[in-house]
Amino acid sequence: MKNAKEVVVEKSLMLIAFSAIFMLFLIAVFIFKEGSPLIFKIGLKNFILSAKWSPLEGQFGILAMIIGSLWITAGALVIGVPLGLGCAILLSEFLPRGITAFLKPTIELLAGIPSVVYGFIGVVVLVPFIRERFGGPGLSVLAGSIILGIMILPTIISISIDALQAVPRSYREGSLALGATQWQTISMVTLKAARSGILASIILGMGRAVGETMAVIMVAGNAVKIPNSIFNPARTLTTNIALEMGFATGDHRAALFATGVVLFVIIMILNILANYAFGKRK
Amino acid sequence: MNAIEVKNLSLHYGSFQALKNVNVQFQEKMITALIGPSGCGKSTLLRCLNRMNDLIEGVKITGVVNFRDINIYAPGTDVVELRRHVGMVFQRPNPFPLSVFDNVAYGLRVHQEMKKIQLSAIVERSLQATGLWDDLKDKLSETATELPLYQQQLLCITRLIAIEPKVILMDEPCSALDPIATAKIEELMLELKKKYTIVIVTHNMQQAARVSDYSGFMLMGELIEFNKTGRIFTNPDDKRTQDYITGRFG
Repeated sequence: MKNAKEVVVEKSLMLIAFSAIFMLFLIAVFIFKEGSPLIFKIGLKNFILSAKWSPLEGQFGILAMIIGSLWITAGALVIGVPLGLGCAILLSEFLPRGITAFLKPTIELLAGIPSVVYGFIGVVVLVPFIRERFGGPGLSVLAGSIILGIMILPTIISISIDALQAVPRSYREGSLALGATQWQTISMVTLKAARSGILASIILGMGRAVGETMAVIMVAGNAVKIPNSIFNPARTLTTNIALEMGFATGDHRAALFATGVVLFVIIMILNILANYAFGKRK
Repeated sequence: MNAIEVKNLSLHYGSFQALKNVNVQFQEKMITALIGPSGCGKSTLLRCLNRMNDLIEGVKITGVVNFRDINIYAPGTDVVELRRHVGMVFQRPNPFPLSVFDNVAYGLRVHQEMKKIQLSAIVERSLQATGLWDDLKDKLSETATELPLYQQQLLCITRLIAIEPKVILMDEPCSALDPIATAKIEELMLELKKKYTIVIVTHNMQQAARVSDYSGFMLMGELIEFNKTGRIFTNPDDKRTQDYITGRFG
């Protein structure tokens, strides 16, 4: 028989664990409860396929924000994936282990910098640069993409390095022993063996880019209009909620929660895809 | 004729000396076995012959290894080109996580552009040479890492002979396999010897006695004795060789 102290410890740990899960569950329920009635009221089609967002006139179309999020996230991936992957390959395949052991935690530290700091650097340095070089307001899809592209680097680099280092040494030896060069070995064997982990890193980075709010508010311009060039300002789903939550009431407030529902669904899908990609790794 | 000639070869891992002044010649189109207890340096010696030890940090090598009369440790040696001619089969079968076809075609693709049809012909010929064709001809697109272990090892030999190296180095190729699969690999080795020079490291003395023409006995980083296999196993010159093959230690 277990002694009483063991039982108490076990039960309280269980209680704490379950309450954490329960709170997450409550948050999800709350968002759906607040947001979904409005979607039903105006219709899913009018909600996500209309670009007319004027809450005072009862127009709640979030297409501009969906497209804004898509553009900025895609831009972040275009910048973050090649840089991150290149960096991960360099660190795991070319540099001596000692240097990687030092640089990898350093890169992971970047994830700890508050997003407002990234946004601040963007406003002070990047936005004026874009304005002077390319014209337009500077606050733009491009600025948002670059800042987010940098912000997702730690995620992509760190998880990709883990995936590359998990590739058995015997694969590399087998390839080199056939007279392949180091680069042939990396591109034809190592990257293929690590591809599910690398894919997961990209999806998780994408999740971070979709969900990021503060840095985007500061550099992306936030105009409710479908951007037609990367130098146009744009508003994303997250920034839409953050910008208007302070003064929204009634249907307007519900529409912001409904925006949250859409985000929730997108992030869920990305996480499921990431888990699936991880799961395929042996 | 010598395929590979090793002169005064010494190797240090940091401060540990793993090979001590080894001198040996590997005859062309013969099977040479390297035997000895664990840690005697036989795998290390084998891995010097295609410079696989370069991959390990902190290794220092002195001496000469002549392959086709050229020292492979001379500065400026093209290691990639060397390994194309001196290939290796490892202890654990290590096919790539690619299809059977892509595994066999790998070396060919790495070395030259080749038309698909040419590639297919060589893949088929190579699989036939190792006796895998009948078993795998309908499974060419399956992932090689899911094959039974002995087929994986045969596949590793197949992908090597697809690029027609001069020398095949085998590092305990049967230690992960059962006796039946081992017999198949040995049979294949005797067949391959018509075309290739083979050097095999083995723990299994019966295996060395069965397949090899020459044998070298190593102990503590030294090559104690090197001779025709018949001689080594029946009437060795050195007492330590005698003790090892009669099972007195090791």
